Amino acid sequence: MREESLKLRPYLDETGVMIGLEIHVQLNKLNTKIFCGCPLDYHDDGPNTHTCPVCLGLPGSLPVINRKAVEYSIKVGLALSCSIEEHTQFYRKNYYYPDLPKGFQITQYDYPIASSGYINIEGEDGEVRIRINRAHMEEDPGRLVHEGGSIERSKYTLIDYNRSGVALLEIVTEPDIRSPKEARRFLDKLRNILEYLDVVDTTLEGSMRVDANISLAGGSRSEVKNISSHKGAERALLFEIVRQKNLLRRGGKVVQETRHFDEARGVTVSLRTKEEAHDYRYFPEADLVSLRVADWAPGVAKTLPELPDARRQRFVSRYGVTDDHAKSLTSEKKVADFYEQVAAEVDPKLAAVWIADVLKGELNYRDLGIDAFASANMVQLVKLLAGDKITEQSGVEVIRTILDEGGTPDEVVAAKGLLKAGGDLVTAAVEEVISENPGAVEDYQNGKQEAVNFLMGQVMKKTKGRADAKEVRKMIIQRV
Amino acid sequence: MITISEILEQIRNSSAEEVVSSCLERIGSSKLNTFITIANESAIEVARKNEGHTGPLAGVPIAIKDNISTKGIQTTCASRILGGYIPPYDAHVIERLKEAGAVIVGKVNMDEFAMGTSTETSHYGPALNPWNTITVPGGSSGGSAATVAAGEVPLALGSDTGGSVRCPASFCGVVGLKPTYGVISRYGLISYANSLEQIGPIASNVADMTLLFNVIAGHDPRDSTSVPGEKEYTKALVDDVKGLTIGVPKEYFGEGIDQAVEKSVWDGVHRLEDLGASWQEVEMPHTKYALAAYYVIAMSEASSNLARFDGMRYGLRLEKDHDWHTTYSEIRAQGFGEEVKRRILLGTYALSAGYMDKYYLKALKVRTLIKQDFERALKSTDVLIAPTMPTPAFKLGEKISDPLTLYMADVNTVPVNLSGVPSISLPCGFSNGLPIGLQIMGKHFDEETIIRTAYTFEQNTDFHTKAPEVV
Repeated sequence: MREESLKLRPYLDETGVMIGLEIHVQLNKLNTKIFCGCPLDYHDDGPNTHTCPVCLGLPGSLPVINRKAVEYSIKVGLALSCSIEEHTQFYRKNYYYPDLPKGFQITQYDYPIASSGYINIEGEDGEVRIRINRAHMEEDPGRLVHEGGSIERSKYTLIDYNRSGVALLEIVTEPDIRSPKEARRFLDKLRNILEYLDVVDTTLEGSMRVDANISLAGGSRSEVKNISSHKGAERALLFEIVRQKNLLRRGGKVVQETRHFDEARGVTVSLRTKEEAHDYRYFPEADLVSLRVADWAPGVAKTLPELPDARRQRFVSRYGVTDDHAKSLTSEKKVADFYEQVAAEVDPKLAAVWIADVLKGELNYRDLGIDAFASANMVQLVKLLAGDKITEQSGVEVIRTILDEGGTPDEVVAAKGLLKAGGDLVTAAVEEVISENPGAVEDYQNGKQEAVNFLMGQVMKKTKGRADAKEVRKMIIQRV
Repeated sequence: MITISEILEQIRNSSAEEVVSSCLERIGSSKLNTFITIANESAIEVARKNEGHTGPLAGVPIAIKDNISTKGIQTTCASRILGGYIPPYDAHVIERLKEAGAVIVGKVNMDEFAMGTSTETSHYGPALNPWNTITVPGGSSGGSAATVAAGEVPLALGSDTGGSVRCPASFCGVVGLKPTYGVISRYGLISYANSLEQIGPIASNVADMTLLFNVIAGHDPRDSTSVPGEKEYTKALVDDVKGLTIGVPKEYFGEGIDQAVEKSVWDGVHRLEDLGASWQEVEMPHTKYALAAYYVIAMSEASSNLARFDGMRYGLRLEKDHDWHTTYSEIRAQGFGEEVKRRILLGTYALSAGYMDKYYLKALKVRTLIKQDFERALKSTDVLIAPTMPTPAFKLGEKISDPLTLYMADVNTVPVNLSGVPSISLPCGFSNGLPIGLQIMGKHFDEETIIRTAYTFEQNTDFHTKAPEVV
């Protein structure tokens, strides 16, 4: 039931940038780890406090699949329009590393739980479809703590196995992404979908970890690991494009390699080349039986919430807001919830303008989330505006004041005397301004339209912004 | 040899504590190198606590193969790399034994990580066969079978990956069962080849073996391959084989079989015929590929299963630390014995890119064919009977330097593990004073029929009454 793809990709621009992403999503809203009963609420506790024989890989211990983790994975798969496999099977990925207590990671290989999906994003040239190759389940390794900071400088390394065995879903895209900005948009959209599904708390450190594959026209690809934020992904990819371009321009060759992103310095550093690549010797994990997930999918499908794209369309059709506003309002689940609370009580279109265009900007500027502003305050504010009690300029001031100092719109309006100025006061101000600025009046009469703007500004100054700008403009033009 | 009923009788006449402490004395003075760790203190403590326990094994001493996790008791897999490792948890079978009132007297010798057919690959030196101490007890559960045969303990647990319970049972003249894959939880069994192995009970007679099996079998949610349901296996202890159809696979009497073994096994078939069973020859044409397939699969799985032994969290740690990579290499170089290294290397090779199709995946195909052989043969028959081992026990040092010859000894036991069916080995004769084992294989999850066949055979023969003279 796949729709026709929106835009045929891979198309390539002249630089031929092709980016594919692998995103490790921690299913940290589960109560327990993927193969044992250890609880996931370890973030406030000391190291190695949430472990057992299974996640420590003690001799003789055996994994048992967390059925809820399978359900969550199916949920994500369905939300990404993937097909859910008939059977899903776990495999062992064999490699040595101190954070990996069994000497292999239980993951999936053939028969991943979900495959062939897509996410639509805003591309450089309109909406584009980024295909999802697959999503597969695996266990998170433990966490290495290098005493003294970096790997190079530390004398020894400690291992914390609290993270060992946390359920991960690795989502792998096709190389359909064409720019670092698109990569970031893809990641933001994915995070938004995951938040809607309520399977991951993305505020926890390491909840979404990104590896990026990137190549330029004709070149080999490099894989950049250790990207921990969406902004980091964009920066790492920008760096890689410049690095690869420079290499090619100087007549060099991009070699297939794995590179490490050094977030602090904003550069990528070579880790290993293709020749040094591991042979992971994947083979089926006989300790876990294959799961007939096709039977689970219909039940899980019933639990799927409304997803961002559907909600966006509903906002347009139900509230009559513009598509741009709907996009902005649904790009974060909490904002969309906030909007719907407000829209239930006041004019939805006006609410959309004030939330999408004003409030979000002010929050962004202050690096705050929507939680910083109560929906009741927005209701009050939109009522004041709709009732023509305050000007738009005052509305902005109310929002800023509440964010910086607190209070409610009514309190701020009262304290600052922001109620719209009445007719006489404005008329008097217009008269004063005209008599004080004969030059500007003359300019206007000689056809200089801008002079009106100057005169308006003077009136607004006298009324401390409480006059209605449109009204003032009309009055000035009539008068002169 | 001692039976459970003799032990229970002794407990009634004295106390569990006295019975256990005399058992500990026997073990302590054993010259057979059967034990790696003797749990002197905890055994006495448990015996004291279990006075008046009403479980089926109340106060009965039992020896545990050293690859089964026992809380508080060192568990080494007979390897240097696990020296000093004291597990913080009990295997499922150990929990069951404790509930039944059994007393764990210690951990018994084995081939290192269960890789061997003679117990000679043990880091702690070989266990000896009580029937003749210049011969091997078989392996890998050599300590388990030898300690029961020597009358040190009435019961032992072993594990069977490619014959590791049945081979030593055959060489030591005791009864051992490899249950259907999935009947006994593997939780706590330190994996060698996890798709093949099962824990198995060993005793001096079929009834005791069955009672022990009854205690340890059953569902465990911690092992995803454990099958649901509980059965009362002791109900199968019935002296009756009337109407039973026996299949005799001629491929199991192939090249290299000892004539005395061949004769004893056929005598056994005829004895059962006298008792009302009938027999027919069956064909199992893929048997000749079983050994190769078994070793490829077992070594491949072993290469991954043994990757966790790196000295970071438990077991061997060397004096001087280097970077992790060097430390891993040194610990594994010094911690593992030659046979273990050989199997890890071969298994790694078999799973490597470019070779996987040729070895591992091909072996899986053979495995399917072997399974089909069993399904076909058991369609027209109830059980299959064959020699457990092609020969009686061989001498210490005779085969250890020639791995391929040693691997060949497993020819009749590995098909059972590849197919997952249950199989019992029990004594059916002697050759030059060494026991011969008869193997009874059955359908998946039909332990009852092979137990009934074995019990009937035992009730109507006297091989199980013979015991070695222990020095």
